[in-house]
This record gives sequence, C-alpha cells and structure tokens, in this order.
Amino acid sequence: MMKKWLGVIFLMLSSIQLQAAIEIYQFEQAEHEQLYKQMIDELRCLVCQNQNLSASNAALAKDLRQQTYEMVTNGKSHAQIVDYMTQRYGDFVLYRPPVKSSTALLWFGPFILLFAGLMVLIITLKNRKQIIDEPLSEQQKTQLKQLLDEDDK
Amino acid sequence: MKSSLPLVLFALLVILLGVGLTLDPREVPSPFIGKPAPSFELAKLYDSENTIRTEDMKGKVWLLNVWASWCVACRSEHHVLNQLVKNHQIEIIGLNYKDDVNKAKQWLEELGNPYANIAVDQDGRTGIDWGVYGVPETFIIDKHGIIRYKNIGPVEQKDIDNTIMPLIIQLQQESS
Repeated sequence: MMKKWLGVIFLMLSSIQLQAAIEIYQFEQAEHEQLYKQMIDELRCLVCQNQNLSASNAALAKDLRQQTYEMVTNGKSHAQIVDYMTQRYGDFVLYRPPVKSSTALLWFGPFILLFAGLMVLIITLKNRKQIIDEPLSEQQKTQLKQLLDEDDK
Repeated sequence: MKSSLPLVLFALLVILLGVGLTLDPREVPSPFIGKPAPSFELAKLYDSENTIRTEDMKGKVWLLNVWASWCVACRSEHHVLNQLVKNHQIEIIGLNYKDDVNKAKQWLEELGNPYANIAVDQDGRTGIDWGVYGVPETFIIDKHGIIRYKNIGPVEQKDIDNTIMPLIIQLQQESS
C-alpha cells in the first residue's frame, strides 16, 4: 500500500513543470532587468507554443532569451524588441497581439459571445415573465369559470 | 422548427471544430513572404576560409534549406532534395543550423549532398534572422532576392510536385 502511494507521489512530482530559464544574466541597470523579465514573459516560444520564452526550455527559446538580453542591455526599448521579433516571427510571437483586422476575432470574439449569451438570457427571462404576468382575457375568464363550475357539479 | 435549433447549432459547432482539426497550429504564417531575404555572410562548410552571402545569389531563383544532422525530420526529406537537384535546374543553399561541423559532413557523406553550397550557422543567429523555429525549413527566393514561399517541416514529394516546382518554374520565367 505504502509503496503504491510513494509511486503515485513520485509520478506527480516528476510531472511538475521545471522552471526552464536557467541562464544567469547580469544586469547593470535595474530597468534593464525589469524590461528583460517583462519581455520574456510576453514573448511566446514558437516551438512549445503554449509557453512563453521564460518558461520554455527549447533551444530556440534559449537563443531568443539571449537575443532579448543583448537587445535590452544595448538600450533597446520594449517597442524595438517587439518590432524585431514580429519582423521575424509575425504577431504569433506575441502573447498580447496588436488589434488589427486579422486579430479582430481573437480580441472581440469573446465579447460577441458574451453579448449573444446575454441576449439569449434576456429573451428567455422576458418570455417567462410574460407567461406568469399576462392577465386573463374576458374569454379566458369565462372559460375558467365554466371549468371550475363543471367541477363543482 | 423550434426544436431543430439546437441540432443546427450542434451541426455548426461540429463543422467548426472539424475544420479546426484539419489546420496545423505549428504552421505559423511567415511574415517574410514577399519581403527581401535577410542577408547573411557565413563560412562555407567545405571551405571555411571563404564565406557565402545572400547577395551572391542575386539573379537566380534558389532554395534555402535549413537543416542539421541532429534533426530527425531532415533525414526524411533529404532524398527528396537529392531527387530535386538531380531532376531539375535549381540550386539549393544549405543552412547548417546549430550543428557540429564534423557530424554535418559525415551526414552528407552518408546521405548525399544536394546543396550547391552550405553556410554554417553555428550559433543560430542567422536562423533567428530568417525566423526559423522548426528545422527543417525551406525557403524559395526569387531573382530579386524576395522570399516567395516557405515550407515548414520536411519537404515531401507531393510538395515538390504540387507547389515548389510549379512556383520555381514560374519564378525562373520572370525577368531578372
């Protein structure tokens, strides 16, 4: 029994994602270090597509971290580094893509869905309320009376 | 009519997801199509004293094939490239990406060398400049040095027949 549980724990531990960014970079300026950290969090690794540069241990991610480090220490700005990366890898390299026609669905799709959901909710609620609230017409009242009277007989 | 609405929605969703399955998320559209090929100047694999540059290929339609001896998929496309240069008038420049020079040479001895020239990109810098993220990758560059096509992953014979050769023939007919 004990052995089995140890095995389970071992499997759970061995699947924990390792923090991949292991290179140690020296920064002379705090702003540079901050920008570097921001950049590798925002840039996506193209090999492991659901990881950013800071989390990926793919060889390409390592190279791109090196590239980012060099650009940051050379005083390049956030926009310049983003330009450099998108010129080579397209908007795909950004976890926060710019708003333009090709990314419109990505940006506004969720809001369209939310709106559609709200509309369905409102219409459904409205219909339900009408069923309860609608007063009986004269004809319905007489019909109801007749039915109730029939019961009494 | 009202009861068929969920069915219609379900069918639409199935179609949407079905189309999604046929797409390959690894194929990131290259921002380079229609843009000038990035220039490089790299040492030649078989003549490390001399270099090869993007500019040397001006006026020709050529292929840049990014490969490495550690790349398993490169092995599967290699005979396709061998066939291509055997049967057609086309130059392929190899970009030996982050590889060991000796292993690269050994690999070519074993499998044959389809390349007109091989540039050595030891640190992967040129690879980054060309937006390479998954070896092998193959670019077609026209006579004006503009990238016209990019194939990500191993080139298959059907890619050659359906896309690559028709495009090369078309580009070779363009005036330089």
